[in-house]
Amino acid sequence: MRTAISRLELLQPRSLQDALRMLRDEAPLTPLAGATDLYVALNFGTLENTRFLNLWGLHPLRRVTLREDMLRIGALATYTALRRSRLVRRRLPILVSAAREVGGVQIQNRGTLGGNVANASPAGDTLPVLAVAEAIVVLRSADGERRVPFGEFYTGYRASVRRPDELIVAFEIPEIHGRQWFRKVGTRAAQAISKVVMAAVRGPRPRIALGSVAPTVIRLAHVEEALAGGASLDDAVRLLDRDIQPIDDLRSTAAYRRDVAANLLRRFWAETADSG
Amino acid sequence: MRFTLNGREVDVDVSPLARLLDVLREECGLTGTKEGCGEGECGACTVLVNGEVVCSCLVPVAQVEGTEVTTIEGLGDEHPLQRAFMDEIGAQCGICTPGMILTAITLGSNPTLAQIREGLAGNLCRCTGYEAIYRAIQRAS
Repeated sequence: MRTAISRLELLQPRSLQDALRMLRDEAPLTPLAGATDLYVALNFGTLENTRFLNLWGLHPLRRVTLREDMLRIGALATYTALRRSRLVRRRLPILVSAAREVGGVQIQNRGTLGGNVANASPAGDTLPVLAVAEAIVVLRSADGERRVPFGEFYTGYRASVRRPDELIVAFEIPEIHGRQWFRKVGTRAAQAISKVVMAAVRGPRPRIALGSVAPTVIRLAHVEEALAGGASLDDAVRLLDRDIQPIDDLRSTAAYRRDVAANLLRRFWAETADSG
Repeated sequence: MRFTLNGREVDVDVSPLARLLDVLREECGLTGTKEGCGEGECGACTVLVNGEVVCSCLVPVAQVEGTEVTTIEGLGDEHPLQRAFMDEIGAQCGICTPGMILTAITLGSNPTLAQIREGLAGNLCRCTGYEAIYRAIQRAS
């Protein structure tokens, strides 16, 4: 049964300052960007929030810029915008790969990077990319701005350090040295939620992140360290198996996810062998 | 709430959080846009907003204020894609067809089969097996 619209309220800020004031003075409010997650909950009657803040018109939050060698992606940049951005294609091609497989074009035209991060699903396709990119999450409130390393942003299943009066306004991504690699495994390439998703960088120190195998996206610190130290791939796979906690759910099983995660690690290592 | 619908200005008195799909069907009387899965997978509710495909079941109407919305009714009855879908039997039950045609419009002229397949990833058909749909799009573009 769909959630009744009549009991919902929408606040419509005209500027970012306006939005931040509303978040402070009119709490609690749920930021609403492209609505591709929140309106699925509405359609299924599982929407718990009743008061929303419409971010869609805040165009300055869509900008993608390169400043002092730091790629800055506005939180409202859609997957389509990421796919089209020459800067993103050049600096972070794995984010383009993730955006391309996130759903149909309809979803890519509305869904946003900030929304994917704020929704905090462990299966979010862009999250392993931001993890290996060592992105900085830029959070702003009426009182000021703070920068949180992506690795410290999530505190547990669907939980983050973002305060209710804060908005994710952008992501800052330093230059990445090494070969970037991304692979999503789902029922269908273009239109299914991930069973397992991996992003990785083969550089002086490998970076590897996995989605859908733990309560949040995870970096495989032990695997990275072992591979950097010259460990064998078999040893790395054993460490991976210790570091993940996949579950059985409607999309897959824990055992299948363990097999796929190990296969992805092997494939990443083989396909980037000439970059190590 | 004002927006342009199939070339005409409309002004609807609804909740800003009403789904665009419901506004089109119930307020504007345009029932060519269909409701399918409600989760952005099937594309039956596809319409164009400023020329880009969206799932109208996932769009709060507040977010189309001031935009141009195009539904299947906006094509009239003689669009080459409509004709090609009929000629190639690209429609069987017909629920997916309005969304398929609106998505096909955004593929531009002479799309490759790979471009058609990727472009239509968000439009599911349970009847045709897609081959007739691909033929219709290639024939019309």
